[in-house]
Amino acid sequence: MTDTPNGAGPESRLVVAEQKQPSALMMWLGLADNSFTRQKTVKFGDPTAVNSGRLYSFITVILLLLLWWVTTSNGWVKPIYWPSYEAVGNRLTKLWEQGFRNVPLWDHVYISVQRVLTGVFFGAIIGIPLGFAMGLSSVARGLFDPIVEFMRPIPPLALIPLIILWLGIDETAKITLLFLAALFIMIIAARSGVSGVKISKVHAAYSLGASKFQVLKNVILPNALPEIFTGIRTAMGVCWGTVVAAELVAAEKGVGSMIMIAKNFLQTDTVVIGIIIIGIIGYTIEMLMRLLERWLIPWRGKG
Amino acid sequence: MDGADHNGMLVDNVSMVFTLPGGGSVHALNNVSMNLASGELMSVLGPSGCGKTTLLNIIAGFLAPTAGGVFLNGHQVTGPAAERGMVFQQGALFEWLDVRKNISFGPRMMGKPRKETNEKVEHLLNIVGLGDFGDKPVYQLSGGMQQRVALARCLANDPDVILMDEPLGALDALTREKMQGLVLKLWKETGKTIVLITHSVEEALFLGERLIVMAPRPGRIHREYRLPFAEQGLTMSPRDIKASAEFVDKREEILSMIWEMEEEIMGRADA
Repeated sequence: MTDTPNGAGPESRLVVAEQKQPSALMMWLGLADNSFTRQKTVKFGDPTAVNSGRLYSFITVILLLLLWWVTTSNGWVKPIYWPSYEAVGNRLTKLWEQGFRNVPLWDHVYISVQRVLTGVFFGAIIGIPLGFAMGLSSVARGLFDPIVEFMRPIPPLALIPLIILWLGIDETAKITLLFLAALFIMIIAARSGVSGVKISKVHAAYSLGASKFQVLKNVILPNALPEIFTGIRTAMGVCWGTVVAAELVAAEKGVGSMIMIAKNFLQTDTVVIGIIIIGIIGYTIEMLMRLLERWLIPWRGKG
Repeated sequence: MDGADHNGMLVDNVSMVFTLPGGGSVHALNNVSMNLASGELMSVLGPSGCGKTTLLNIIAGFLAPTAGGVFLNGHQVTGPAAERGMVFQQGALFEWLDVRKNISFGPRMMGKPRKETNEKVEHLLNIVGLGDFGDKPVYQLSGGMQQRVALARCLANDPDVILMDEPLGALDALTREKMQGLVLKLWKETGKTIVLITHSVEEALFLGERLIVMAPRPGRIHREYRLPFAEQGLTMSPRDIKASAEFVDKREEILSMIWEMEEEIMGRADA
């Protein structure tokens, strides 16, 4: 026999058994696994072998919508507890055309989002330098550690009474609450970003002739960016939850205040619409932040 | 000896003692002295815990020795500086910068003229065989290519001494051999003084004009060799050198030396 390099001889040609390939639709629906998973014999316990199960998601959504329709159209559930599709549709048209309490629907959404962005902005502007100081200096760490560690586990909502006592219920009070909610998240994120630097990178920079300031600007800062970004994302989520709650307590405008006031008038349809809007915006913020993150810090997790 | 008027690098009676929080102490280095002429390549070998990384960190200026001192061209080392470049095992590249920006890091930090730096970077990219990869983010490169970037980044600063801490330690065997050739080539072309720390006996023999074998507890110099292989490596094929009787003899001699040290440590730990 001649010495044939692997793959060159006719007898070594790969034989692919006639296999029925599932259609792309079946895979998209999660009814069939992709070709890698299909050939795995160990699937239970392998997280990558769990597919989207998208068909079942559709079933869940459709069942919930059906349940809504059946219970409301037959009058099984009173409109005051849960509105019918029709009531929601009518209310939405009305909100869209006339707004809620003489304020356009869009303005309610806009003011809530604006409060969140302002709070996170100031939280980041103050929190990031503080976190850096705590990660880089024993004095700063010692000074601020008791405050940060004490405030960390306190839910921002618990601060509402104090803030109302100190600052009243105007815009400053709400921004202050959101600022505090974002501040400690940002301090902790920046601090852990600084502490997470690999010492070999810092050593490398000094050996390449960098000064302390250059190490801070060119190594510590970029190295901490992924953590800082995670902090901003978390702060956005927490602040969105906090702003709605803060508006429930006291506000004229904002989606939170909208559903609270609507409740007082027993407008359940407006409440439901408000809840759906809150969900959609929270989700959109999260998705935008992920997109931004992929664009701004592509090196995340690749150190 | 106080190191004055000395050209090259002098490690003068360096000792290092770490005091443990519990009250004991670790004697990491005991009276280590060595003398490197400008342009020499010395490899340092030893079982784990013999203090070779501590020694390199002292030379780099990251640690101050408990006693003794390090002198380069007559002045004492007191901290890290661009005159002593460092190549780390892996993960010391700046992943937020592309290959070119990594290599130009040193010159940029020291405010060197941009045009000169750019030319130097292009030249180095070609020398280390990454001519087409200048714009790539470093995290897209293989381990071997990343270490080429690390070598180029170090050379871009034109240091007097290059300190290498297991630079090829994380590479697979084939890539490692190729990179050893590159290190030899760079050494020959640039005439730099190099101190190379390694776990691999073969690598230490192949690259080191001089070889120091260290012993642990306390870390100290055990034996020193002068070797012909690095010189041969400039003309002969690395495979021929590594298969030569002379090379194999030396390798076995040093391997059994280190083996004995490891056995002794294990024995002491068992007792």
